[in-house]
Amino acid sequence: MNASNTGPILSVANLCFRYGPLEALCEVSFTVEKGDYIGLVGPNGSGKTTVIKIILGLMPPGNGTVSLFGTDPSAFEERHKIGYLPQKLTNFNPYFPATVKEIVSLGLFSKKKFPKRILKGDAELVDEAMTLTGVIDIKDALIGELSGGQQQRVLVARAIVNKPELLILDEPTTALDPEARENFFQLLRELNLSKNVTIILVTHDMASIGKYASKLLYLDKKIIFYGSFENFCLSENMAHYFGEFAQHLICHRHD
Amino acid sequence: MDIFSALQYSFIRKAFIAGSLIALVCSILGVLLVLRRLSLIGDGLAHVTFGSVAIGLLLGLQPSFVAIPVVMASSLGIMKLMQKARLFGDAAIGIVSSIGIAGGVIVAGLSGGFNVDLFSFLFGNILSISSVEVVTSIILSVIVLSVVFLFYNEYFSTTFDEEFARITGINVKRINSLLVVLTGITVVLAMKVVGIMLTSALLILPAVTALQIAKSFRNTMILSSISAILSVLVGIYSSFLLNLPTGATIVMVNFLFFISAFLSGRAMHIKLS
Repeated sequence: MNASNTGPILSVANLCFRYGPLEALCEVSFTVEKGDYIGLVGPNGSGKTTVIKIILGLMPPGNGTVSLFGTDPSAFEERHKIGYLPQKLTNFNPYFPATVKEIVSLGLFSKKKFPKRILKGDAELVDEAMTLTGVIDIKDALIGELSGGQQQRVLVARAIVNKPELLILDEPTTALDPEARENFFQLLRELNLSKNVTIILVTHDMASIGKYASKLLYLDKKIIFYGSFENFCLSENMAHYFGEFAQHLICHRHD
Repeated sequence: MDIFSALQYSFIRKAFIAGSLIALVCSILGVLLVLRRLSLIGDGLAHVTFGSVAIGLLLGLQPSFVAIPVVMASSLGIMKLMQKARLFGDAAIGIVSSIGIAGGVIVAGLSGGFNVDLFSFLFGNILSISSVEVVTSIILSVIVLSVVFLFYNEYFSTTFDEEFARITGINVKRINSLLVVLTGITVVLAMKVVGIMLTSALLILPAVTALQIAKSFRNTMILSSISAILSVLVGIYSSFLLNLPTGATIVMVNFLFFISAFLSGRAMHIKLS
């Protein structure tokens, strides 16, 4: 499923980054192939979100290079190829007067030139994304009226409305209850398997990663492990980082 | 006197035209500012307008012509303070606002007091608006409305989620700078309608009125516009009939609309639940 003839979607080489005197990333290198489903894990402050922001072009890399679809992220123009789901909405206003449909439509603007206008044909894309994420029935509801799980699905719909090739999700399940979390992971798997969407999922939920992702990238300012779960489960020194019980739990579920 | 009789007076017609357009601009920008938690930027820039008016009077220039570039520069100054000095919006607005007032007081002190009615700048007098001011208001309002119309979706996106807007390729820094510059122009225009002291009311009240009952972002813009224009028309007409200060009457009508919308919103909420 991970094979590709067109080269890697994402290539990170010798990436380093500092917040003032604090080192956030050191010599991080990895590639992502089309169809990969990568679980990006690591302790708090390990540089997961920093890597994501550099990949998305929100921050410049300190040292090293990042190539997104063969282009530097700061110069990358085909933004519709990327879908992004943030950890949480920055400065989210629960009284923001926007409907589900309006918010999902926001994802369309990465494809549009000035002046950015929503055209008749766009409605189909919006409806399709809302149907896939199960929010079509609440399309006229205000975002503030929804539960955390429903809001998350709306943001997923916004992220996939352009049918992106790469979907990046930063701890998307922190606000979800177990049932909503399971449904959410099922949705991601569906996108990965049936739509061949490449997924990078930042999470602390090791069990779900073991169950759904094809690769594990363990980051702690540098790469501790990057590879398939088969290799992860065979790796003896992983127990040192995760604990024997956790490693067993993840590998067991994955199998 | 009915409204048709009142319309026979040219100063009423001019006040209706200029007041409605300025209110419309304020209401549109107000929605964006309120949702970005920058409601008080209008107040801060109005204080800068006070300082600019003082400079204009000292130099013998038309106060509005001095105020527009100074307020635009100040609005960008607020943005820079927020970005470079890592200040929250309210602190940056507070700094620029204080400097505006302090500058105005110092200039007034240096001049030994002005031989003009400062009261009209502080509290506005739309009924005394000149034909030149009406034309200026129309031109500037059309410019501001055109820019907001052209960048409507960029403003919607950045207001809801700035980070996501950046990822979709929107130049958020440019869009935000444009917004505060437009706000600066609008604040100077609003000075004539309700005065320096009450300018922020024109930006905030129609927006928060719409937010009580709106069912979408577009709906919020429309309701805010309707509320603002009606407030100005009713306010001007009422003040003319009852011989009340026009600016203050417009603000009070705006507040009555807000209370009505608040009660309607509560009633709808209770009915639904």
